[in-house]
Amino acid sequence: MSADSYNQARPSISQQARRRWVSRIVTALMGLSALLVMTPLFLVLYFLIREGASALDWHFFTQLPKPTGEVGGGMANAIVGTLVLLGMAAAIGVPIGVMGGVYLAEYGGERTNDVIRFTADVLNGIPSIVWGMVVYAMLVVPFKTFSAYAGGVALGLMMVPMVMRTTEEVMLLVPQSYREAGLALGIARWKIITVIVIRTAMRGIVTGVLIALARVAGETAPLLFTALGNNFWSHNLSEPISALPLQIFSYAISPYDDWHRQAWAGALVLMLLILVTNLVVRMLSRGRPQS
Amino acid sequence: MDPLGRPRSPASQAARGSRWADRNFYLLALLAALTILGLIALVGWELYRGCHLALAKFGPAFLANSSWDPVSDVYGALPFIFGTLVSSLIALIIAVPLGVATALFLTEMAPQAIRQPVITVIEMLAAVPSVIFGLWGIFVLIPWLRDHLFPWLHSTLGFLPFFSGPIYGVSMLAGGIIVAIMILPIITSVSREIIRSVPNLQREAAYALGSTHWEVIRIAVLSYAHRGIFGAAVLGLGRALGETMAVTMVIGNRPEISASLFAPGYTLASVIANEFTEATSDLYLSALFELGLVLLGITLIVNVIAQLMLRTFSGSSTGKT
Amino acid sequence: MPENSTLPIESGPAPAEAIKPQSPGQTADAPAFDVSNFSLWYGTRQALHDVTIQISKNRVTAIIGPSGCGKSTFLRALNRMHEVMPGTRMQGSLKLFGEDLYRPGLDAAEVRRRVGMVFQKSNPFPTMSIRENVLVGLKLNGIRDRALLQERLEGSLRMSALWDEVKDHLNRPGVSLSGGQQQRLCIARALAVEPDVLLMDEPCSALDPLATARIEELIQQLRLRYTVVIVTHNMQQAARCSDRTAFFYLGRLIEYADTRVLFTSPANPQTEAYVSGRFG
Ligand SMILES: Nc1ncnc2c1ncn2[C@@H]1O[C@H](COP(=O)(O)OP(=O)(O)OP(=O)(O)O)[C@@H](O)[C@H]1O
Ligand SMILES: [Mg+2]
Repeated sequence: MSADSYNQARPSISQQARRRWVSRIVTALMGLSALLVMTPLFLVLYFLIREGASALDWHFFTQLPKPTGEVGGGMANAIVGTLVLLGMAAAIGVPIGVMGGVYLAEYGGERTNDVIRFTADVLNGIPSIVWGMVVYAMLVVPFKTFSAYAGGVALGLMMVPMVMRTTEEVMLLVPQSYREAGLALGIARWKIITVIVIRTAMRGIVTGVLIALARVAGETAPLLFTALGNNFWSHNLSEPISALPLQIFSYAISPYDDWHRQAWAGALVLMLLILVTNLVVRMLSRGRPQS
Repeated sequence: MDPLGRPRSPASQAARGSRWADRNFYLLALLAALTILGLIALVGWELYRGCHLALAKFGPAFLANSSWDPVSDVYGALPFIFGTLVSSLIALIIAVPLGVATALFLTEMAPQAIRQPVITVIEMLAAVPSVIFGLWGIFVLIPWLRDHLFPWLHSTLGFLPFFSGPIYGVSMLAGGIIVAIMILPIITSVSREIIRSVPNLQREAAYALGSTHWEVIRIAVLSYAHRGIFGAAVLGLGRALGETMAVTMVIGNRPEISASLFAPGYTLASVIANEFTEATSDLYLSALFELGLVLLGITLIVNVIAQLMLRTFSGSSTGKT
Repeated sequence: MPENSTLPIESGPAPAEAIKPQSPGQTADAPAFDVSNFSLWYGTRQALHDVTIQISKNRVTAIIGPSGCGKSTFLRALNRMHEVMPGTRMQGSLKLFGEDLYRPGLDAAEVRRRVGMVFQKSNPFPTMSIRENVLVGLKLNGIRDRALLQERLEGSLRMSALWDEVKDHLNRPGVSLSGGQQQRLCIARALAVEPDVLLMDEPCSALDPLATARIEELIQQLRLRYTVVIVTHNMQQAARCSDRTAFFYLGRLIEYADTRVLFTSPANPQTEAYVSGRFG
């Protein structure tokens, strides 16, 4: 009995070989998974370029959409609209987000901070379409019109928790000794925070803002019932405004080939906008903040 | 004279002003931080306010009713809840194994030279907007699924109810696949963080027992990190539930409950996206708001669970590494 | 406050008098800090016990003692820096030139402008040039006068013996300097706001011997115009550059005397054990 179990406890040669084989197979499968995970990006980029590049011409950047059924036209208004919406989103999301980050990093007690951080993380997980509904109820219904304002607010509110968390993170990376040096000079706390701490963490804050902007730049759902879309130039921020993602969506689900072509072109432009932003972020964060 | 017996300098008057400024700056920061709490309250309140009509009319039966008929003003959430849960479940079944395996590959095996490029690619995948996945889904993924993958599944696994019935292309399964692609980056990156936080001591101990590479991963890494990886999956689920545009573009948008994954479906987010601006009656709009509230409720619960799991995990592990 | 309790602040004693080392036992020194029965707590943990000490004006006072004995804590209490940490509490009185620094209504920032501080690890602001680093205290305290700024820039850089080395590249980042130069830049930064007192917490512990020698030389110069309090782990340094030395142990002031006396014939056996290196 005891001799038996002793023999069982010692792995035989064939068992060891089996274990090695299992290990090799599993390892290979993991490598394969990594490949599979990357494939969609390459496929998407491949088709964006193949389908989109041919439809990209001068008109695409300078003309308005043509009426239903007519060939040609462009997305000039959507491109401008996206930039306008991003500008408004930043005007809301950056100050609130950065100041909130300042509170978390510089003032807040442990308990309060835990609650606020937790809530911010949960807010980050709220579906973007819900933001669209909320802003619809908040701004579209009372003012009785879809508007660029509403779209900007929807995107801006989404940015707040994102910017807040990254700002806090990078401000905490600024060594305490700089704050102390400032205090020892008799400088007011708010000046220490703005001139010394924020300036030192600036690169990280800008990075966080750019990431947040890149994320909301591609958002469609929160704009569907706020900015709504517009086939013409918007002359007024209280009118509906077009945006690239909205235009891509409505062209993609349309029955016209020419619009499909334009949808690809729009998607290519949007993707480039986002990739370039990510590239800038990458360059900014290469030189880590000094410590 | 100032407290130290010197003539009052302009600087000390500035100090008075700066104490006032200090106070205001603090209040401003506090206000911004409290905005976060205000936002969550705002979201809940606006949705609740938007759906009081439907709440009053249908009550809790709204959740269990499976007919959605704007013409006769009868609304029920069941098909959408079903569609949301099923498409998210499909996404998880695909994305969790792939994401965790990729995370293991990146932390435990990949040579340094490969690691960074793969991470970059996955980060870029995360940056692709939903609407672009939808576009690609309509014109590339759906035709391929319809002409190749689905027929093959139908002929090999057709005896299962999930893989029987007519093939349209747009379907619950297509929705699940596209969502899987979209939540892969977050599952991978969060799992990677967690696996990275496993102390090396654990691995070394397992190696010292003569274990193979895979056994080390199983014994030392996975048994240690499984809670956190579960948290990553729940976080992925939270994202999947709320995915809107890409799903809307490939799922078929039909409020039906069918066993077949080849059949079209509809999710909470998609029906809101599609019908919100077309809602003709107040009750219709109110019902859509109630769908939004349901969606918010589900995602909030899932997200809170995910955050709690990830938090306790990182809390117990950061001290050790 | 009664006028007669304040002491006029001189622009500095005549150089001839100041360079001459103080003769031991001399008692004519005017007190800058007058600390009595000062205690300090971090939460519930008491870090200073009933410290009573008078720190002379225009002298260099060294604070020595084993690690954790409360040297930094005491130094930081002198300009209320400890208040930055939540949960600290103090008791007793701490006066500078007769004025209670903890008087209610007195802004800590006001105190810190009078009592400058240099830290163990040099910490020039990384985003600022040499010039900006020196002038940041003035500018952020609301001084705009160009001529005054220029004068202070040169004055404090000269005072910290850095002018000749940096005058041609004042726009370079402060962090581009060597370790010793950075520490002198931090001294210049502290001097630019014209404090009455300069506190230094182990200013040389991160520097090589050559850079240390320069700072010590500089401390001798500073005595002409400032009251200097320096915390040091290095007893030779205390012996070399201070007039008076205070020995702290377990949060208590054990002995305080003229440096020469304290190092050659300490009154307390604990002090003797410490200065002769037979401690712990
Ligand atoms: N922020 C703090 N919270 C709680 N206790 C503290 C804090 N700072 C210091 N202490 C404690 O107070 C005591 C005195 O610390 P202090 O830093 O003044 O010592 P020190 O003499 O400067 O030591 P060193 O020579 O190592 O710099 C120590 O026991 C330390 O643990
Ligand atoms: Mg110390």
